Amino acid sequence: MAHVPYQEALPLHEPKSFWTRYVWSQDHKVIAIQYTLTAVAVGLVALVMSWLMRLQIGFPGSFSFIDPSTYYQLVTMHGMIMVIYLLTAIFLGGFGNFLIPLMVGARDMVFPFVNMLSYWAYLLSVLVLMASFFVPGGPTGAGWTLYPPQAILPGTPGSDSGIVLMLVSLILFIVAATMGGLNYVTTVIQARTYGMTMMRLPLSVWGIFMATILALLAFPALFVGGVMMLFDRLLGSSFFMPAVVSMGKMLDYQGGSPVLFQHIFWFFGHPEVYIVALPAFGIVSDIISTHARKNIFGYRIMVWAIVSIGVLSFIVWAHHMYVSGMNPYFGFFFAITTLIIAVPTAIKVYNWVLTLWQGNIHMTVPMLFAVAFVSTFTIGGITGLFLGNVVIDLPLSDTYFVVAHFHMVMGVSPILVVFGGIYHWFPKITGRMLNDTLGQIHFWLTFLGTYAIYFPMHYLGFIGMPRRYYAYEGYQFIPESAQDLNVFITISALMVGAAQFIFLYNLAWSAFKGKPAGSNPWNATTLEWQTPDTPPSHGNWGDRLPIVYRWAYDYSVPGAEKDFIPQNQPPAGENPGGAATT
Amino acid sequence: MVIAVALILIVIGSVWFHFWSPWWLTPLSSNWSLMDDTLMITFVVTGFVFVVVNLFMAYALIRFRYRADRRAAYEPENKKLELWLTGLTTVGIVIMLAPGLIVLADFVHVPEGASVVEAVGKQWQWKFRFPGKDGILGNTKPRFISNQNPFGLNPDDPNAQDDVLISNSELHLPVDLPIQVLLRSYDVLHDFYVPHFRVKMDAVPGIISSLWFTPTKIGRFDLACAEYCGIGHHTMRGAVFVEDEGSFQNWLNNQPTFAQTIAKQTIGSENSQVRQGRLLAEAKGCLGCHSVDGSPGAGPSWKGLLGKTETLTDGTTVVVDENYIKTSILNPNASVIKGYSPIMPAYQLTDDELNAFIAFTASLSATNNTADNLVSKGKQLAEQQGCLGCHSLDGNASAGPTWKGLFGKTETLADNTTIIADEAYLKEAILNPNATIVAGFAPIMPPYTFSDEELNALIAYTKTIQ
Repeated sequence: MAHVPYQEALPLHEPKSFWTRYVWSQDHKVIAIQYTLTAVAVGLVALVMSWLMRLQIGFPGSFSFIDPSTYYQLVTMHGMIMVIYLLTAIFLGGFGNFLIPLMVGARDMVFPFVNMLSYWAYLLSVLVLMASFFVPGGPTGAGWTLYPPQAILPGTPGSDSGIVLMLVSLILFIVAATMGGLNYVTTVIQARTYGMTMMRLPLSVWGIFMATILALLAFPALFVGGVMMLFDRLLGSSFFMPAVVSMGKMLDYQGGSPVLFQHIFWFFGHPEVYIVALPAFGIVSDIISTHARKNIFGYRIMVWAIVSIGVLSFIVWAHHMYVSGMNPYFGFFFAITTLIIAVPTAIKVYNWVLTLWQGNIHMTVPMLFAVAFVSTFTIGGITGLFLGNVVIDLPLSDTYFVVAHFHMVMGVSPILVVFGGIYHWFPKITGRMLNDTLGQIHFWLTFLGTYAIYFPMHYLGFIGMPRRYYAYEGYQFIPESAQDLNVFITISALMVGAAQFIFLYNLAWSAFKGKPAGSNPWNATTLEWQTPDTPPSHGNWGDRLPIVYRWAYDYSVPGAEKDFIPQNQPPAGENPGGAATT
Repeated sequence: MVIAVALILIVIGSVWFHFWSPWWLTPLSSNWSLMDDTLMITFVVTGFVFVVVNLFMAYALIRFRYRADRRAAYEPENKKLELWLTGLTTVGIVIMLAPGLIVLADFVHVPEGASVVEAVGKQWQWKFRFPGKDGILGNTKPRFISNQNPFGLNPDDPNAQDDVLISNSELHLPVDLPIQVLLRSYDVLHDFYVPHFRVKMDAVPGIISSLWFTPTKIGRFDLACAEYCGIGHHTMRGAVFVEDEGSFQNWLNNQPTFAQTIAKQTIGSENSQVRQGRLLAEAKGCLGCHSVDGSPGAGPSWKGLLGKTETLTDGTTVVVDENYIKTSILNPNASVIKGYSPIMPAYQLTDDELNAFIAFTASLSATNNTADNLVSKGKQLAEQQGCLGCHSLDGNASAGPTWKGLFGKTETLADNTTIIADEAYLKEAILNPNATIVAGFAPIMPPYTFSDEELNALIAYTKTIQ
């Protein structure tokens, strides 16, 4: 915390013009909004793509403009956008940027200029990605995993220009994530205010902090993988390319290894799951605790669970590769590490549920999303125990069971937390409440709709229906009734997608017309609710940084006057925070 | 409150759906019942957790709903409870993992005496190879792959000669005998997946992967590709026919060996001038760009080139005669055939050498166009080039129109015009497939470069499928 007195002494340079305040802004709160709005915009593109791909699966052949090329481009871009450009960006660039300085009691990120560059590099990566829709051949249709050789050979849509733009865009994204990530980590380590020890940090900060460390260690793997594939595609090197005969033509490649790419990709790809999940874990902990008016159950074990999940996430990657043709003996190691990671994950679920126990639960909209998350994450987690176990993965791998699993665990669940988080912090960001009725409608359509989509989808996987199929005619093992189920899923997906426009309308309307929120509408303890101004002004804290006296979860402390004690409230006489805060 | 009811309904609905649902594991037809058992153990353990977590949460949400006169408890931790929960979870994990590892040990140890068959994936078709009488699969290299040798077998390997080759995506296997499938790919990743047998494994270019199973039921089982392999992925269908030992041997004996498929294609013996020309072409590196089998390359294939009418880059047409070939060698970029780049270096050859050369190309154009030969050549081409991966012979719809009864049929195109599938249309549809797509089909067919002779053979073949 050596940085803190220095930071406090710094004169505040209030930006003067519109441009430096809202566009070339170095204020973490503005950058957070820029990141979030960009991610939401690009997420809308991915949402429409999911509609189109579901229309093809539900009503094959009815939409003549969706030919196989288009279908595979939709599948690929939907996956890539959702995982990288929406979820990763919104959790780290959006929530991370907004919450870290406010929750640790800092004036801003430690490197505000680099923070600004991070956003503009991210925007550039998004623009390059969008540009791939307009090049000859269109965007890549290689699947979001971009497996070579297929990703760069004819027979795959976008193998001439689309794949090049995809890889360039990823490289730019990683540059952005690295600049942002170094900032988040340094800020958490160096810029915590007086009294804010690591074990007094809210779990949101812990989750984002650990996820950022994972991102800093995992993204370089994707970076080198992307550069190597660009070399293979543009310079004719053979990192991932063995000798192949493509469309009757012997190509010049030789000696490369397609499986090597899969190792590199998943060495990034598995931690990526937790880059998305850990911030969600943290945020949902804070939402549940605040709205249940009860301290989070087992704070210390929650922190250690986040840390150990983060560490373990680096030694489970090959569970994505049980059928890849790698040495089958690897399966023993990776099955064991994968199932071990279920233990800290399960403890987190127990602790969320136990936090509700003996609480005084307000069923607000953010709390609805948090409860829904616990339910959907439970399904996504337990289906992971099927796929982590090699001999169950052999029949289920590459079927709709996998699609249902990863959508439940890293699609639906984190997105529910994103919504919960926005409903929770919107009052602090704008000073106004989101409309409650619209929030309820949005919640119920989204929650029940996603169950309707993904729960039955597991059973298509049990049948063995392969994923990434444009159409299913000619396979006798698939009963005709499976098509009825696909129609049902498609209709549910259309409905859930439509519900998101209610949310967008709510955001836009409430930002200007919403009920004024006051500075702490949820009566929360953490520092971001204790700012002198709402929305917080430049520099967040006025002249003096807040001083922290207690942990983040002093709700319903026996003997206290109110049912919450803010972190910066000094102890009256003796320390009411009890043993856990000292 | 409403959310608690919703959670309870979700639990009831899920359990009801599970028992009511007609969708469940495809019936097992292999030895891997232990995989299904492991799955069921996991299903029961995790299903229990799902029900308990959701019901517990619903109960807590109802019992501890907000009341103005109540305050929540203050309980930062409870070490004893946390220890118990960690312990119970660990026990649950062991119950699921241990049987999984035991079955995995079975899967990685191929039983002794398992017979071997190779499955080769290419976009978008399966081929199979049995080791033949000697029990040894001959070695293969991608550079040996050609129209004549679609498996890429080493022609000089004695073990390769008796290998039995199946080119039509249909594999027959004997019942109740353990089979190890070795997997190979020409081009991109594929995955050998028979839902009834449970196991699946990727075929990866550059390496040989494997899986094993024992088919336990007689019948026909779908073979699917389970690793995304490009726009035709969903059409990469195959079938496995499990039969009793007798029928299987009978079938196997009727399949051609590598030596037989090669012998069929060899046309006579070459004379000395032809031989000189061939050696010359090899020594000068001509064959790097010009194939002798009709397959495409950086330059036009020599197969059937002599006597052919070609369009040049400037739009004029030329009949490829001796003169044209001579000029093209001495001053290649003066008259380049349309569709090729002017990249060929000039060669200075003596007249003798030029004549030997022309004799060699002439030998590649010598044809024996009797009707039967054409049909069998067309059939062979269709199998080797993977046409049958997308075009069925039995009238079934596939990625492309079936060939059954296609010739002479009136078809509606995607732009609503109608055409008659005559020779001109079929040729155009092969050379430039996506210009005239039959309504209802996707434009996914890659263009093929065939010589006129090969086109005639293919069309002659389609005429016979009525």
